[in-house]
Amino acid sequence: MKKLSARRRHPLAAVVVLLLALAATGGLYAAFAPAGTAKADETAQSLAIEEGKKLYSVGCASCHGTGGQGTTDGPSLVGVGSASVDFQVGTGRMPAQQPGAQVPKKKVIYSQAEIDQLAAYVASLGSGPITPTEGQYDTAGANIGRGGELFRNNCAQCHNFTGEGGALTYGKYAPSLEGVSPKHLYEAMQTGPQNMPSFPDTTMPEKEKKDIIAYVQAVNSDKADNPGGLKLGGLGPVSEGLFAWIFGLGALIAVAIWVAAHTAKAKKS
Amino acid sequence: MSSQEIPEETLPAGQDTAHGAVKVADDPFADPGLPPHKPRIQDIDERAARRSERAVAFMFVLSMLATVGFIASYVIFPVDKIVYIWPFGRVSALNFALGWTLGLALFFIGAGAVHWARTLMSDVEVADERHPIEASPETKAKVMSDFAAGAAESGMGRRKLIRNTMFGALSLVPLSGLVLLRDMGPLPEKKLRTTMWAKGLQLINMNTHEPLRPEDVAVGSLTFAMPEGLSEHDHHFQVEIAKAALMIVRIQPEDIKDKRELEWSHEGIVAFSKICTHVGCPISLYEQQTHHVLCPCHQSTFDLSDGARVIFGPAGHALPQLRIGVNDKGFLEALGDFDEPVGPAFWERG
Repeated sequence: MKKLSARRRHPLAAVVVLLLALAATGGLYAAFAPAGTAKADETAQSLAIEEGKKLYSVGCASCHGTGGQGTTDGPSLVGVGSASVDFQVGTGRMPAQQPGAQVPKKKVIYSQAEIDQLAAYVASLGSGPITPTEGQYDTAGANIGRGGELFRNNCAQCHNFTGEGGALTYGKYAPSLEGVSPKHLYEAMQTGPQNMPSFPDTTMPEKEKKDIIAYVQAVNSDKADNPGGLKLGGLGPVSEGLFAWIFGLGALIAVAIWVAAHTAKAKKS
Repeated sequence: MSSQEIPEETLPAGQDTAHGAVKVADDPFADPGLPPHKPRIQDIDERAARRSERAVAFMFVLSMLATVGFIASYVIFPVDKIVYIWPFGRVSALNFALGWTLGLALFFIGAGAVHWARTLMSDVEVADERHPIEASPETKAKVMSDFAAGAAESGMGRRKLIRNTMFGALSLVPLSGLVLLRDMGPLPEKKLRTTMWAKGLQLINMNTHEPLRPEDVAVGSLTFAMPEGLSEHDHHFQVEIAKAALMIVRIQPEDIKDKRELEWSHEGIVAFSKICTHVGCPISLYEQQTHHVLCPCHQSTFDLSDGARVIFGPAGHALPQLRIGVNDKGFLEALGDFDEPVGPAFWERG
């Protein structure tokens, strides 16, 4: 300390102090720099919200209200979250074509970028489930067997044991899960679209959702194995029995008639 | 051409052509008898018969080969081998091979037998005349008199004590068989009226096997719960869960129309039995916007926002509700058992 104090009037002391001060300023700036990028993100985010709001005013506001508060024709979107928007618009269910018991899946008319902007706007109305990232629905290492148990316990009552779908009340139905992307499966479980109940992370954690997605993909996709051969719609023993009775027995009767109708005589009469 | 020009021999005998009246022949639908037997090519040509013989033998040999193929496929293909076969898709090689080989083996036995019967076995028509099957009056009279004599000799009519005790003995004997049916299992006792739920048992999430907290259960979500202390590895798990299975949903308290349902809920979290009151199917086709629950078996529909009242279908009464609350650790717990038997309504409630 004494040495330092002795040199405080050295001609270069001011330069050293200046350098130290600059280093400290730079260090502090570096330490707070993430705040700067966050700000840049925020600008991108608010830009997306702006763009989303424009898209919303054109495509959604007539039913869901100008501020997403809902009207008699459509529910409030406050708090539904970006995952709902990504599912509903990403599967073509929204914008709806006509009112009815259930809004069906159809051709997607927005690009993924536009869907993201819409989702950003709707998410800004109130907090809700966030669009999952790829890591959340990636099925690598998932337990298909456990997924099957969870699927039969939670999903099979409506969607059938291999996800073929089924009827509900008054024209409503549980759609087939064939060809539904892992992201949309995840979002459907998280948000509970239309009359489907939701299965939030608090009661069905992310890992279990992954297991379920892996199971659905294992039993109901182009690559799914079908050990029994003809699947007959995967609807269970009723359709299989009907097929056996009509076509199996029908073929036997046809052969019997054919055998009896053809004479073996040398001279045909 | 007038009737006079018809040659006499073509007209039915005795027809009076002059008066124009048609006289019916003795039997207009006379039995024409069997048509003349016509031979098959195999009956005439020995070479054709040998061809047929070879064809039948060929089919039986094909059947043998198919059976050998069946046994070979069983040995060769591992049970989990999947192959792509158009138009069936990705099928199990073992199932596919076993099905086809066994099918062909059976088909060629049948086809060979049919071909054999049609081309080589005798096909000469044989008539068997029918005869009355009734016995002659003498035989019948003899039987009746023998029976009457036997009855009189046995003293059945005279010794009424013997007759009546014999009837008694014969009618009691089957009772011993009836009593043995009691061995078919223990009596149900009170088991059908009570479930495992009891005051203080926590509600365990069947997905995570963790106790449920009220804040875990979001409005519009669906969760299934089982009683604390029950494990899927327990010997009696199926017996208990078949009665105790619980369906947890959360409804905005202002949307709950039934006063008792609201009282028995915890801030809108309601717990209903998952067993349909019609014939006991697991019922959980929950529509979160209408709060309706549909049974997949016979379409009974219950309104969970109105005391699970039946609004459609054959079910006889509402789904039983479990009264729930929160314990001091912040977990959901049952406040007792169901106050009525769960499941089918066919026994009287009491």
